[in-house]
Amino acid sequence: MSLVAQLRGKLAVKAKPARGKLGDPVFSGLVFLAAFSIIILMALMVYKLAQVAMPSIREFGLGFISSSEWDPVKEVFGAEPFIYGTIVSSLLALIMAVPLSLGIAIFLSQFAPRWLQSPLGFVVELLAAIPSVVYGLWGIFVLAPFLGRTVEPFLSDHLGFIPIFAGPVYGVGLFAASVVLAIMILPTISAISRESMRNAPREQKEAAQALGATPWETVRIAVLPLARPGIIGAVILGLGRALGETMAVTMLIGNRPEISASIFAPAYSIASVIANEFAEVTAGLHMAALVELALILLVITLLLNLLARLLVQKTGSRALRKGGR
Amino acid sequence: MKMKTLAQDNLHHRRRQAVSRLAYLLCALSAVIAMVPLILILAYVVFKGIGALNIDFLTRLPAPVGETGGGMGNAIIGSLMLIGIAAAFGLPLGVLAGVFLAEYRSPRLSWVVRLLSDILSGVPSIIVGVFVYTVLVLTMKRFSALAGGVALAVLMLPTVARTTEEMLRMVPDALREASLALGIPRWRTIVSIVIKTAGGGILTGIMLALARIAGETAPLLFTALSSRTWPRGLDQPVASLPVQIYTYAISPYKDWHQQAWAGSLVLVLMVLILSVGSKLYFGRKIKPAR
Repeated sequence: MSLVAQLRGKLAVKAKPARGKLGDPVFSGLVFLAAFSIIILMALMVYKLAQVAMPSIREFGLGFISSSEWDPVKEVFGAEPFIYGTIVSSLLALIMAVPLSLGIAIFLSQFAPRWLQSPLGFVVELLAAIPSVVYGLWGIFVLAPFLGRTVEPFLSDHLGFIPIFAGPVYGVGLFAASVVLAIMILPTISAISRESMRNAPREQKEAAQALGATPWETVRIAVLPLARPGIIGAVILGLGRALGETMAVTMLIGNRPEISASIFAPAYSIASVIANEFAEVTAGLHMAALVELALILLVITLLLNLLARLLVQKTGSRALRKGGR
Repeated sequence: MKMKTLAQDNLHHRRRQAVSRLAYLLCALSAVIAMVPLILILAYVVFKGIGALNIDFLTRLPAPVGETGGGMGNAIIGSLMLIGIAAAFGLPLGVLAGVFLAEYRSPRLSWVVRLLSDILSGVPSIIVGVFVYTVLVLTMKRFSALAGGVALAVLMLPTVARTTEEMLRMVPDALREASLALGIPRWRTIVSIVIKTAGGGILTGIMLALARIAGETAPLLFTALSSRTWPRGLDQPVASLPVQIYTYAISPYKDWHQQAWAGSLVLVLMVLILSVGSKLYFGRKIKPAR
């Protein structure tokens, strides 16, 4: 018997055509179904939130965003203080986190000796592993009292003539929430910008060095410009995370729907008011208003994420998945 | 044109060097600063938590309000139960979606699915909670472990899908071709050859995803709610470690604060073992090209 015939004989025994024929379409079907589930999930999320929020959208229209009255008893709802608290706390967090994150990213991708790079990167990433409720707990009992005793009185005494630093200090408030937020988004921003700095072409760096550039000049000339889209994307993703962060902010922001000039005053955020009121709400306009808040937050984060992904794609970063949240 | 003197040139050079050194220092300093909160948080959780951590805490129900003692046994079991439900939904869907992205090359659909799964991973977890509330809690007319588990499943789905995709891509095409050339159907090739080869990496991704959802609080607040009894079934509210920590942390009772720290210690240990363990395992298994 020839070898070919032998092989053919063996294959004929082993292959069961019926199963083989059915297996492929069934498996492909399952795989496509799973892929579609992600599309369906996103579409359904936007649709369901819009549907449940509809009574509130109809009742208040655009005034929902600019009105500051939030009264479940009178059934009057306005989102302004929540939107304000969400945006201001996130921006303050960015102001603190961005310079630090970029410093870390530059250090880890350019300056640090090779043996230090990955353990140090690992430690920074550990910050992302700590659950948000633990940040909140630490914030309430350690950070907020500390800030209220030291940093806030200091700023208030010396810079109190500027309205944002004026007023009484409580510890808990917009500022404390921002500090914790800054710590929480630090790993996101540093991981993604580090990745895009690493992707900067080596030839450019070598060219800069050959021209006699100092290490810092090399970074400035040959690394940062090329990594810029990735860095901007990283910052936007960090902003997205900060806007939606719930537990730590809820525990620290003070939960008072007020707009004050001072960053030491208590405030409220969209995610926090949902966390605080949603479980107790029964139905009606109150729920619709809360879901409308959720919808606003969802749309903002969707747009930010879309923008960030498109920007980061330019620098071909693969850290996105890890830095996503 | 004026000629620069040697001294001027030297000064200029030294200034540039100084600026560079300063930049280096600032960057190194930011890395050090980032470490301060990490060390502080871990230290506080360990030192404050360890005092209240004992067998009772791990195995008993919460004591009635006003009494001291009791534990978070039900919340620990509840958390495991929620993670189990999430895994039951999220893992098969996530892995299959990853298979789609890596193995079925249909450029346009892949692009959409990849983009949407990336965007989904950026949706705040509390929004996912609101979404599951509108879909499950409103229709079932009750808070339930099922709703909580589904919310967590939605959160882990994109992570699992994207890591699976990445790991499958690392499998060389030669293996697929060899298997197909032997007459093995495509689905068997994917299941028995490709997924098996990438198994360690996929497992790492799954552990990371589980670590992430184990610490989630916000999406459980109004899906699984909480409970002061042992879990009573899929259709009943269930306690979870993160929600219990939150409730105790914002309560006015000293004893509950103690327990919140102990709960945090358990939670942080759980999360760190899952994520650090998976990373160490992964680092040993495959040397990633970066």
